[in-house]
Amino acid sequence: MTTPDRAVPRPRGRFPVEIRLEPRTAQPRWLGLAVSTGAVIVALLLGAIVMAAAGGDPFRAYGFMVKAAFGEAGVFSDTMVKATPLILLGAACAVAFSMKLWNIGAEGQFFLGAFGASAVVLTPLLPPETSPWIMIPAMILAGMLAGALWGFIPGILKAKLNVNEIITTLMLNYVAVNWNNFFIYAVWSEGGFQMTHKFPATAWLPRLADYAKQFPQLRGLTTHLGLVIALVAAVIAWWILYRSRWGYEIRLAGDNPRAAKYAGINISRNTILVMMLSGALAGLAGMSEISGVVHRLQGSISPGYGFSAIIVAWLAKLNPLAVIPVSVLFGALIQAGREIQPSGVPKMIQGIVLVCLIGSDLLLRYRVRILVRRQEA
Amino acid sequence: MDPIIILQAGVASGTVLLFATIGEIIAERSGVMNLGVEGMMLIGAMTSMSVVLATGNPWIAVLVAMFAAGLLSQIHAVIAIRFRADQVVSGLALNFAGIGLALVLGETLNKAGALSLLPAFSIPVLSAIPVLGPIFFTQQSVMVYVGYLLVPAAWLFINRTRPGMHLRAIGEFPAAADALGINVAGLRHLYVFIGGMLAGLAGATISLAVSPGWFSEMTTSGQGWIAIGLVIFAQWDPVRAAVGSYTFGALRRLILDIQGPTTILSLRNPFYYMPYWGFFLEMLPYLFTIAVLVIGSREAMRKRLGAPSALGIPYVRGERGL
Amino acid sequence: MTETALAVGMRGICKQFPGVLANDCVDFSLRKGEIHALLGENGAGKSTLVNILTGLYRPDRGAILVDGRPVTFGSPRDAISCGIGMVHQHFMLVPTQTVTENILLGLDHPRFVMRLAEHEKTIAELARKYGLPVEPGRKVWQLSVGEQQRVEILKMLYRGVQVLVMDEPTAVLAPQEIDELFKTLRSMVAEGKSVVFISHKLHEVMAIADRVTVLRKGTVTASEIPVAETNKEELARLMVGRDVLFELEKKPKAPGEVVLAVEDLRAQNDKGLPALRGVSLEVLAGEIVGLAGVAGNGQSELAEVITALRPATGGRVLLHGRAVVGEGSRATPGLARWMIDAGVSHVPEDRTHVGTAPNLSVTDNLIMKSYRKSPIARGLAIDGDRARLAAERLKQAFDIMVPTVETPVRLLSGGNLQRLILAREIDSAPKLMIAMQPTRGLDVGAIEGVHRLLLEQRDAGAAILLVSEELEELVDLSDRIYVLFNGEVMGEVREADAATIGLMMTGTRQADLKAGEGVR
Repeated sequence: MTTPDRAVPRPRGRFPVEIRLEPRTAQPRWLGLAVSTGAVIVALLLGAIVMAAAGGDPFRAYGFMVKAAFGEAGVFSDTMVKATPLILLGAACAVAFSMKLWNIGAEGQFFLGAFGASAVVLTPLLPPETSPWIMIPAMILAGMLAGALWGFIPGILKAKLNVNEIITTLMLNYVAVNWNNFFIYAVWSEGGFQMTHKFPATAWLPRLADYAKQFPQLRGLTTHLGLVIALVAAVIAWWILYRSRWGYEIRLAGDNPRAAKYAGINISRNTILVMMLSGALAGLAGMSEISGVVHRLQGSISPGYGFSAIIVAWLAKLNPLAVIPVSVLFGALIQAGREIQPSGVPKMIQGIVLVCLIGSDLLLRYRVRILVRRQEA
Repeated sequence: MDPIIILQAGVASGTVLLFATIGEIIAERSGVMNLGVEGMMLIGAMTSMSVVLATGNPWIAVLVAMFAAGLLSQIHAVIAIRFRADQVVSGLALNFAGIGLALVLGETLNKAGALSLLPAFSIPVLSAIPVLGPIFFTQQSVMVYVGYLLVPAAWLFINRTRPGMHLRAIGEFPAAADALGINVAGLRHLYVFIGGMLAGLAGATISLAVSPGWFSEMTTSGQGWIAIGLVIFAQWDPVRAAVGSYTFGALRRLILDIQGPTTILSLRNPFYYMPYWGFFLEMLPYLFTIAVLVIGSREAMRKRLGAPSALGIPYVRGERGL
Repeated sequence: MTETALAVGMRGICKQFPGVLANDCVDFSLRKGEIHALLGENGAGKSTLVNILTGLYRPDRGAILVDGRPVTFGSPRDAISCGIGMVHQHFMLVPTQTVTENILLGLDHPRFVMRLAEHEKTIAELARKYGLPVEPGRKVWQLSVGEQQRVEILKMLYRGVQVLVMDEPTAVLAPQEIDELFKTLRSMVAEGKSVVFISHKLHEVMAIADRVTVLRKGTVTASEIPVAETNKEELARLMVGRDVLFELEKKPKAPGEVVLAVEDLRAQNDKGLPALRGVSLEVLAGEIVGLAGVAGNGQSELAEVITALRPATGGRVLLHGRAVVGEGSRATPGLARWMIDAGVSHVPEDRTHVGTAPNLSVTDNLIMKSYRKSPIARGLAIDGDRARLAAERLKQAFDIMVPTVETPVRLLSGGNLQRLILAREIDSAPKLMIAMQPTRGLDVGAIEGVHRLLLEQRDAGAAILLVSEELEELVDLSDRIYVLFNGEVMGEVREADAATIGLMMTGTRQADLKAGEGVR
């Protein structure tokens, strides 16, 4: 019954000013958005400072970003191509993080998904003449299964043996890259080059540019069907998390496992299932990328999408619908990053954004009061 | 494929892991989990190279690198200790920020000229010992010898000194320490800083001793994460950390060397004739880390050992103990 | 008696916490060389008072005098340097460190490198002097609870405290260890040290204390009474209330079948000590059964075993005649689910950690038990509108004060949190309800509301097990009252006077009462 006293200020430091954190008792709805936006702005400012210090030109860089996001159709189309895997991977992370399962392995699950989809075409499981109506869904399924497998492994290790999933998922990233590389270089390679044969046209996700004959404005636009898949998947992920019974259980288990057990929820089983779902979404991203963009399996299919997705998910507050606009933003960042010197800028900005976001979460939970203390008698 | 050479190189490579692992052990023993090791290592590598190019003095470079990484770690420390945020996400954030910063600031480094590296030498009497001499004491970088000293120093500090006792206390039961007047938050800041410095040292060791040069992210290629896994394997003990680090170092060297010769033990070397099998070799360190974690988790479950009890839990006065 | 012969004087201590006046102008004096017992129920203010004395809290008003001089403490460390230390009920020992390390924790010596040998000698001396045998080299987690307590005492003695506060020290000790503890305390006071002894076990108080002060609801009801001049009945009465006849007047209602039957239940607490030592009771449909007793005597563990949150080590629990815990039951992983479906409700003691999900909305928390069934469930989905409507209804009915039902629960005050939990549990029309401290932290109007609800459930045929610190509440609501002490049922009453219940709460069995004066 006795509520513990808030820490009595101990006359320890010599600072006359004390910064005290008081828990908030109310949280107006606008606060979340305002704080996040503020964090991003601060991050961009900090990024600009670092860029200037490294001899780059922040204004030019940010100019590129804005153009990429809001500029002409061609650039915007490229941005959307970059946003497509981010949406799926962001949704994958959002799902896992909602249960406090730290899936850092989205990148590896992405690679495995690409592998799975490629296997359908290159083994070949389905002959090249197969109708795309069968080929594409088969690739989708294979990609999702492969990704789900890559999520299952850390999931079951965590559920049964309480093995830290941060490290297992991360290690599997490196394993996945090497696995893919083996097949790219040794099994499916095209004449010694570091890539496989190009996929038959039936295995390509259609692009806007394919319809340039009927609609000349679409010429050169590389946005592909993967975007639609991603949007649909994001909506489904949102529905699962926020409208279905299972999603309720996931969020409850993530917030308070004890209360979840009291409500009769099986934490162990859900750990495995959620990791598999997360992996499946990431695998789908992999399939979409190789079938819609490069049309072959190769080593470099990701500029770190899986890691950017973590930040996307966090900025979107783990809501798969919010992931969509955030992915567009980050897509613009990555797209613009190709023009910006130094080339590590997008990664750096993403990192700083995450730091500022975490730091700003504080403002959501606590009110900051600055007190001027007089000397204790 | 000379086993002596492999082990000798393994010790050198393992020293990098050793510094990072012991640094993280110290931070985690105080109750704060810092997942930003990879980022801090990269910052250390980048900083040390930049400074060495600017000043030509590797020793200054090492010190600056350590300080830079330590400073970076304080961002995470403030967020985790003062803001009481979730330490996992905060550590990840630090990681990304660190990697990003290192990439941007280190942009020009791959066009660098010659570097002045840290000296390497043999220790006179000890290098004559059969077997062990050539491995441990012959033509190793000075950093390797620092590593040898660090292990017992860390162990003694943690287990046999008064400040070490306080370190263990604030990681296990901060309420008890607080009630007896120990400054939990301040000490945690300090030990996170030390952890950061050691991660920076690890990075500097790569750049200036073990694998000189700047290869962007590939400079560290996940060793920071392996170090975090090794902490669990080591059960937060510096001596076990040494065993794990050197073993991993040897493993990495073995993976490199095994692909070279045409025969191994007078049998055809499969890795020479089918070079792409090397990719599976590359997987080994990471799979081993997972295996090591599984072993570590089961052991912890059995032996009532395990992580410092207060690891990852922000300490708030007024929430008594249990 | 001059002030300077007092070891400690506390004058006019007032301490207010949000919603409750813990100490209301309390005076307390401790002589040198005495054992002074502090007696009272939960919420009486004993813990607050001693926490002020040992430097954890600052009083809003009042003064503390040590050896006649006024002092203020900014922290427990200050109090220790003035010679006042506390042995807590929940030990503050680092389990993975040795005895010696724990005792030396926080001190400025030994020098940097620890040469423990000579410190261990000092500790061994101290231990021998006061009869507190310990092995300095062993790790604390390997020690028995009694041994751990000795380490805590030594920790304080090593720092030279003259005033030792012991908070419910015998709660975790075996009878033999209790005797040894008493010997230690007596040898300490023989030297001139003083002891403040907090307990609710009257027989111990009578055995060890020189004087007694009784607190009730923040005020002193009996001040510094020499133990020789009082008896257990009087103390019990002072602790529990004025001489009131507890008569349980209820609407006569023929209770139905046995819903909950507990047979010889045994269980351990989190520390591995026996918490329930063979509890047997039953609750019938359509009645409220109260469980009286000072907190810490097994009530929480009993509730947890019945709701499948804690395993039993012996005995059985039967629900509607079917064994759910213990022999004859099937320990299925879905037991918690089955309990919910069988209509078992639990209002837990620890609202924040067990009962609610802090970052989810009020609505989400309210549907925790009902989300699998229609109308809230609709196929695989949750009908958001229905859920919100249900939440609004409950918010009105139970007066939960929140801006909207989407507000995250962590922003709720304690009282509103309690109302939320009650709303959720009562709304599921339970057949069996276990209510632990349901009105704690609520204001008078809200308490009345809760009482009304509980009675409504009773009239609707629910079986209710009510655990409460407030005897008046138990009396108002219950059809029968069991008294729990030290993990056993001391007795069952339909009417009794304050002294009788007080005696049962402090360790006297009902059978022994009838046999004459309260014996040990």
